[in-house]
Amino acid sequence: MSDPIRSAERTRLATAGARSVTEATVLGGQPTRDVLKGRVFFAFLLLMVGLALLGLAALIVDAVIDGSSRLDTSLITESTSRISPETAGYANAILGTVYLIGAVILMVVPLGVGAALYLEEYADRDRWWNRVVEVNVQNLAAVPSIVYGILGLAFIVRGPIDLGFILFAGAITLSLLVLPTVIIAGREAIRAVPPSIREGSLALGATKWQTIRRQVLPAAIPGIATGVILAVSRAAGETAPLLLVGATTFVTFNPTVFGDNGYTALPVLIFNNAKQAQPEFQVLAAAGIVLMLVVILVMNSFAIWLRNRYEQRW
Amino acid sequence: MEAASPTAAASTGGALPPRSLEASSPRYGEKAIHGLLALCAALSVVTTTAIVFSLVEPALGFFGEVPIADFLFGVEWAPTFSPATFGVLPIVVATLMVTFWGLLVAIPMGLGAAIYLSEYASPRVRKTIKPALEILAGMPTVAIGFFALYFLRPLLEDLLPFLPWSGPFSAGVAGVAVGLMVVPIVASISQDAMSAVPSGLREAAYGLGATRMRVATRVIFPAALSGIVASIVLATSRAIGETMIVLLAAGASPNLTASFTESVQTMTAFIGQTATGDIATGTITYDTIFAVGLLLFVMTLLLNLVSIRLVRKYREVYD
Repeated sequence: MSDPIRSAERTRLATAGARSVTEATVLGGQPTRDVLKGRVFFAFLLLMVGLALLGLAALIVDAVIDGSSRLDTSLITESTSRISPETAGYANAILGTVYLIGAVILMVVPLGVGAALYLEEYADRDRWWNRVVEVNVQNLAAVPSIVYGILGLAFIVRGPIDLGFILFAGAITLSLLVLPTVIIAGREAIRAVPPSIREGSLALGATKWQTIRRQVLPAAIPGIATGVILAVSRAAGETAPLLLVGATTFVTFNPTVFGDNGYTALPVLIFNNAKQAQPEFQVLAAAGIVLMLVVILVMNSFAIWLRNRYEQRW
Repeated sequence: MEAASPTAAASTGGALPPRSLEASSPRYGEKAIHGLLALCAALSVVTTTAIVFSLVEPALGFFGEVPIADFLFGVEWAPTFSPATFGVLPIVVATLMVTFWGLLVAIPMGLGAAIYLSEYASPRVRKTIKPALEILAGMPTVAIGFFALYFLRPLLEDLLPFLPWSGPFSAGVAGVAVGLMVVPIVASISQDAMSAVPSGLREAAYGLGATRMRVATRVIFPAALSGIVASIVLATSRAIGETMIVLLAAGASPNLTASFTESVQTMTAFIGQTATGDIATGTITYDTIFAVGLLLFVMTLLLNLVSIRLVRKYREVYD
C-alpha cells in the first residue's frame, strides 16, 4: 500500500477524475462553446479592422498604379491644359493651393489660438453665453463643408463683404471651415497644462496675461502646432466649398491672392480632371491625387511626430 | 485676541502700513487682451449667424415663389428645367440612401476597430493601427471619390454580378465609399468612450470568469453606449454632408429610388453641381441652392446637437 509509484498513480487518477467531474457538472461544457464563440468574435473584429486598412491601402495603391505613367517632374512644372492632357500638369493649381494654405495659416493661427485661450483661461462656464460659444464651436466643426461654400458665396464673394471670386475669398472660406478644428485642438493643448504652473506664476506676482504668455502658451505650443497642421492639411484637400467660391477649372496662368481673373486649387483641378471622359485626364487625376497624398501624408506624419516628440507628461 | 487678524499683526509688528490686495494699477492692457480674446471666440458665433442669414434670406425668396409643402413633399426634382418642379424628396431620399449604405459599412467596421483597439490590441499594435486610421480620416474626399468611381465600382460589379448594374454611377458605390470615409469617426469616438470605462468594471467581470468577448459585449459595450451612439450620429451627419464622393460616384440624376445600382443626385451633389455653373443672382435657380442648403444645414444641425449632448453625457459619467 505504501508503494510510492502506486500512490502517485492514485493521486493522478483522483485529480483527473475530479477535473472531469468539475468540467461536466459545474461548468457544464460551457467553456469550450464560449471559447469558440470568442474566437469567432475575435476573427470578426480582425476582419473589420483588416477591411478598413485594406480600403486605405487599396485607395493609395490604386492611385499610384493609375497615375504611375505621369509621376514625373512635368506634373509640377507644367501648366494646366484643356487640349493635351498627356503633357499637362498642376503648376498653376499647386501655386493656388500654396497661396490658399499660406493665407489660411495667417488667419487661423491667431484667431484659433485666441478663441481657445479665451474659452480655457478666461471664460466663466457658469455664464450662458460662454456655454453657447462652446456648443457653437463643436457644432461648427461638424457643419458640412459645402455649407461653408454657400456662406462664402453669399457673404464673402457677394453680399456684405463682396470680394468677388478671388483667391482671398476662398482662403477666408477655408479658414472659417477649419477654425473650429483649431480651436478644439488648441483648447485640449491648453487644458493639458497643469494648473500648478499657472498658480506658481501668479503667486510670484505675474499678471494673468504674463502667465499665459510666458508659461501656458510655451507649454501648449506642441499640441497647438499639431492641431494647426492637421487642420491645414484638411484645408489643403478640401474641394467642395472652393467649387462655390470660384476656384474655376482651367486657369492657364499663375493665380494671385487678390487678382480677379480666376484661380484654381490642386483638389479642384483633380476633381475636374477626374470627371473628364478621356482616359488621359483620369491618369492625370490619379497622378494629382498621388501628389496631394504625398503632401498631406508628410504634413500628417510631421504632426504625429511633433506630438510624440514634444508631448509633455506632467 | 486682536492679534488673530493678520493685518493687525502686520501693523503692530513692522513699520509698514497695511497693504491692500487690490492691484496697484488698473492694468488696462490686461483688460484689452481679455476683450480681444473674447472677440476671437465671438467670431464663431458670428460665423453661425452669418451661415443662418446667408441661407435663410434667399431661401425665404425661394419659398415666396414655391409653396413650402410642394418643396418638402414633391416627388419631382427638376429645378433647371422648364417648366421647373421643386419637389425635394428625390434628392433627400438619395442622400438618406447613400448615408444608409455608408452606415452599413461604417458601423461594423468602425465598431469592430474600436472594440479591437480598446479591448484586444496590445499597445504596440494600437500604435500602428491608430495612425493608419488617422490617415484615412485625413484623406481628401476627392481622392476617395476617384477611388469609388474607378476602383470600387468595377470591383463591386465583379463581386455582385447579379445586381442590375448600368452606367458608371451608382448610389450604392458612393455609399460604400462614404462609409469608408466615416469609419475613423466611428472608430475613434467609440474607442474613446470604451477606454473611458473604468478598468474596475472590466476587472470585476474577468474576476467572475467572463471571457474577453463577454466583457467586451456585455460590460464595455453597454457602459460606453452613449459615446458609441454619439459616434454613429456624428458619422451620419458627416455622411449626409459629404459632397465630393457623391459628386464623382453617384452621378447627377435626381431619381426617386432606393436602388443600390442606380445613379442618383444627393442634396450636396445638387448644390455642388448647380453652384459651379455661372448662375445669376436673384434667379429662382440661384435661390434653390440656398433652400436645399438650409434643409441640409437643419438636418446636420439636429444630428450634431444630439451627438454633442451624448458625448458630454459619457464624459460626465466616467471622467
